[in-house]
Amino acid sequence: MTYNAFVRVEGMPLIVALLLGGLCAMLVGVLFGIPSLRVKGLYLAVATLAAQFFCDWVFSRIDWFTNNSSSGSVAVSGLSLLGWVIDDPNEKYLFCLALTSIIALLAKNLVRGAIGREWMAIRDMDVAAAVIGIRPMYAKLSAFAVSSFIIGVAGALWGFVHLGSWEPAAFSIDRSFQLLFMVIIGGMGSIMGCFFGAAFIVVLPIALNQLLPAVGQLVGVTVSTAMISHAEYMIFGALIVWFLIAEPHGLAKLWSIGKQKLRLWPFPH
Amino acid sequence: MRFKKIALGACLVAVSLATVVTTAPAMAQASGKVQFFPSLTGRTGPVAPNATPFANGYADYMKLVNVRGGINGVMTLVEECETAYATDRGVECYERLKGKHGGATVFQPLSTGITFALTEKVANDKVSLITSGYGRSDSADGGIFKWNFPLIGHYWVAGDVVLQHIAKQEGGWDRLKGKKIAVVYHDSPFGKELLPIVQERAATHGFTLQLLPVPAPGVEQKAVWLQVRQQRPDMVIMQTWGVMTSTAIREAIAVDYPREKMFGTWWSGAEPDLKDIGASAKGYNAVMMQHGAEPQAAVIKEILEKVHAKGQGTGPKDEVGQVLYVRGVVGAMLAVEGARAAQDRFGKGKPVSPEQARWGYENLNLTQTKLDALGFKGVMRPVSTSCSDHMGSSYGRIHTWDGSKFTWSSDWLQADEQIIRPMVKSSAEKYAAEKKWTRRTPQDCQS
Repeated sequence: MTYNAFVRVEGMPLIVALLLGGLCAMLVGVLFGIPSLRVKGLYLAVATLAAQFFCDWVFSRIDWFTNNSSSGSVAVSGLSLLGWVIDDPNEKYLFCLALTSIIALLAKNLVRGAIGREWMAIRDMDVAAAVIGIRPMYAKLSAFAVSSFIIGVAGALWGFVHLGSWEPAAFSIDRSFQLLFMVIIGGMGSIMGCFFGAAFIVVLPIALNQLLPAVGQLVGVTVSTAMISHAEYMIFGALIVWFLIAEPHGLAKLWSIGKQKLRLWPFPH
Repeated sequence: MRFKKIALGACLVAVSLATVVTTAPAMAQASGKVQFFPSLTGRTGPVAPNATPFANGYADYMKLVNVRGGINGVMTLVEECETAYATDRGVECYERLKGKHGGATVFQPLSTGITFALTEKVANDKVSLITSGYGRSDSADGGIFKWNFPLIGHYWVAGDVVLQHIAKQEGGWDRLKGKKIAVVYHDSPFGKELLPIVQERAATHGFTLQLLPVPAPGVEQKAVWLQVRQQRPDMVIMQTWGVMTSTAIREAIAVDYPREKMFGTWWSGAEPDLKDIGASAKGYNAVMMQHGAEPQAAVIKEILEKVHAKGQGTGPKDEVGQVLYVRGVVGAMLAVEGARAAQDRFGKGKPVSPEQARWGYENLNLTQTKLDALGFKGVMRPVSTSCSDHMGSSYGRIHTWDGSKFTWSSDWLQADEQIIRPMVKSSAEKYAAEKKWTRRTPQDCQS
């Protein structure tokens, strides 16, 4: 949608296009969130998975979305914000950092506010929450709406600012699983956890990529690029299993435990 | 409790090791006179059986260049980065490697998806992309795409050569009227890139197309081939890559579609796709981008003698001379010859910058004598690029699987530039209009 906003409307500002993309994602998210009013847990996860395949199909088959591009791949260039052209990786980083900070602050405020408490009540025991007067439909659908908006903006940033072009395979089911794991590993129900989870999933493979040949050199073994790729998967999978066993509440919980212990020693205050 | 202590201790050791180890190699990196050629590989993932020989061929030819004395004395340096055919990993590899060792000379991503993503970036980063036989077909228009080089072929050339061969077999283009041709393609920018040329030819000559997309990675094709069995098209053209090709052929055998009527494009007809199927795939055809399996070529023999015999071979020895291995060799040769052409202009004996190398790729003039001297006699035809034509050559030929190896089943066929050039130009201009790029000026072409 961001792409459509850019291409079809002359001179569309970057932020507006991103927000439009987020709004459309929000509408789609609310639509697919409707099953949540009836099903819960694993069944809800599977029902919302249908969104993945539906969207894949829509973007592949309906040409309007890709502006009738023959290859099905779209790209925008010349991203600029109030005259500041964003083309350097550093500039892209700063732009994404700024947007992320703003959205994270807004999300944190939402979680601390009334709507956040409603979400927590529904999460803990939705029957009891309904009894004390929290409207389940409003709470559940607003959860879907807010998270879909954020993920829509994130997807637009990832596709256009980081990758440069978009194709349906870039948003495949593997990507959806990665996002799910980011939340689970990071810690569900925590904003800080999202950052930890994302760092784990994104940075760890790159770190392994750099680290393994160096370690291999130390012990005199040349590690081929294929072996690095396989090792990434193996180590990554093993770490996920270990984290889920050692700390099911995720990295955020480990971080808060770490903070508590550090306050005892060596940073008492 | 003890386990936790051991685990904590292990983590601390790993972290300290990491910091020590990552600083050491940074200092050990030599920065002498080298021409850096990054290699984006697909050694894992859905295209591993096919992309691995390419990467091996690329690396081996670069080693051969060093054995022959380098590019006027400048040695080549190859560093691999694994992409597993995923666009985001490809982009990450690109960002990591583009500035190393004095600047990457050229990237060959071997993936249309990664090419689309990198096309956006190379204009800013000023590094060339060679996309021989893949990528954007409209990037042959060098007036718009300054940094993209689909050298010696792109998908519209492949499609046109296949259709010319089919037409010849049937007895002329007019014999195709009323026939039905199915196109089984990978449902991605790679697969869809073939469609414009086949649709153009279908409209001109009156045959109908049955378009059958297969979702990535292409191992689920039963539904598609049941449709083929139902509709019984006269011919099937396949735009597949990696495991999708062998799956398609197996499914075709299962629905008993004659393999003689199946035509793959140049990424869909190599030994890894067919050797496990063997004799049942006899008669399967594929169009080749000039070279095929070339075990007798002079350059292949030289690689075996000077690289593999010394134990320096990158991959297994029996792969040398196979279709995709030779494609890697050809890709490396084009990369090196462009750098050599740039050296001839900007100063021999020292590494060329990425911008100078771009000039080299835009002014490639590989005559048959030069190619024969490099060891490519009978493998390649002359290549000559210019500012407006970043492709340089539009020849292809068809080879057929006879059960255990490939044999040539057609003469050299040239894609019809009368049809392709206008398509390339209009598609490039549409892209430029979207991106607000302007066509390059004649002065820019001279630089």
